[in-house]
Amino acid sequence: MSNRTVIPFGPQHPVLPEPIHLDLVVEDEKVIEAIPSIGFIHRGLEKLVEKKDFIDYVYVAERICGICSFIHGLTYCMAVEEVMKIEVPDRAQYLRTIWSELSRIHSHLLWLGLTADSFGFESLFMQSWRLRELILDIIEETTGGRVIFGSCKVGGARRDISSAKLDEIMKKLRSYQAEMNMIGEVFLNDVTVKHRMQGVGMLSKADAKSLGAVGPMLRASGVAMDIRMMGYASYGKIGFTPVVETAGDCYARCKVRIREIDASIDIIEKCVEMIKDGPIEVKVTGTPNGEFFARSEQPRGEAVYYAKANGTKFLQRLRVRTPTFANIAPLLATLKGCQLADVPVIVLTIDPCISCAER
Amino acid sequence: MLQLEKEHMTPQTIIDITIPELLGKVRELQGQGFRLVQICCSRLPDKLEMHYSFDLDYQFTSLRLTLLDTEKPVPSVSGICFPAFLYENEIHDLYGVKIEGMAIDFKGNFYQKTMVSPFNPPAPVAKSEGEDKP
Repeated sequence: MSNRTVIPFGPQHPVLPEPIHLDLVVEDEKVIEAIPSIGFIHRGLEKLVEKKDFIDYVYVAERICGICSFIHGLTYCMAVEEVMKIEVPDRAQYLRTIWSELSRIHSHLLWLGLTADSFGFESLFMQSWRLRELILDIIEETTGGRVIFGSCKVGGARRDISSAKLDEIMKKLRSYQAEMNMIGEVFLNDVTVKHRMQGVGMLSKADAKSLGAVGPMLRASGVAMDIRMMGYASYGKIGFTPVVETAGDCYARCKVRIREIDASIDIIEKCVEMIKDGPIEVKVTGTPNGEFFARSEQPRGEAVYYAKANGTKFLQRLRVRTPTFANIAPLLATLKGCQLADVPVIVLTIDPCISCAER
Repeated sequence: MLQLEKEHMTPQTIIDITIPELLGKVRELQGQGFRLVQICCSRLPDKLEMHYSFDLDYQFTSLRLTLLDTEKPVPSVSGICFPAFLYENEIHDLYGVKIEGMAIDFKGNFYQKTMVSPFNPPAPVAKSEGEDKP
């Protein structure tokens, strides 16, 4: 039997913006097993629901994550609205969809930049983040915030976007799309990028399903599962087909995200075409009583919010299952058998958001 | 069995189960092709509730297990659904639920925390007479 060594990866590592620890059991340069540890920054935000009014808690929900903040707030609102049987106006649903997709675009661009950085392609990293800034500018123009939107509330939306602004956003997105496609071409065709990602971090379709993978991690292994297919917000009216790749490697996960940027722009365009004038919120009266599991598709995958209420203004329980938490088990499977030098790239391809997982 | 519905959403089903039924039900759902979505625990005034949630083609089913006695061990389902070990370690660390046979048992060190079962703290113990006096 050859010598085995345990190499600690994290919690602080150049490729990780947030702390997660992996004990990598290696034989020479080959990873035999990976054992995770999280919980370095667990904040107990779920517990805070017992002391925050159910209306106010949406501010906390948005702060669970700085990247998919809007969708966290939206999913919380969906859970409470379902418990309270609130019908959200159509216009608010379209606005929610537009902001969700803007979140997805900026999150994927952020991920592309980090990935380029992880294999030392600094100019690609800078170009990805330059484009992300342009998306953040649109978000700031429509919500007033670049990270925390604050535009979703129980019963609808806090802000409206005028028709003229929506048309302007569409024109901007189409012009940025050409640039995004240019960097997409580099990710998909550059020899050095392909060398680092093709055939690396394989996850089979069967493993992706059985290990509970979500989001691009799941769809890159050939499973056409996307919670947007359930039709929440206005996805049901727009019509939507998930982006699927079948190779199951890091390259496929990258390809899914690049193609999803185009898909998100198409969804926003459809929203702009279909959105009608009308109210953006309904008055919320009473207090919630009941329970519901709300599900949404964040940039990293499926998020689950379980809300349980007992008729008071404080929820009894709020459970947040984030996509990164679900993708830890598949990550361990993809690390088995890989080369030590590939670990940072493989870890990045789940798009880890530890602040989400440490809600 | 409780059905939760929304006009445009697939219905959700919540099934109440007991500890002896847990492994059989999970195996049954797994056999039908359901995938584990999450496991969570809730503290209610006089009990704990655990939800084992599964999904098949967007059809959401949750098994609800009520725990009146937190000392009574719950069998781990990680032998059937491997990713369950993450949720089970989380519930053990935050709520103090005893879970037997986890695929990877972090023995209370999954989360770095400063108190025991912070989401379900043990009841305070009355100090004995004279304990405060120097």
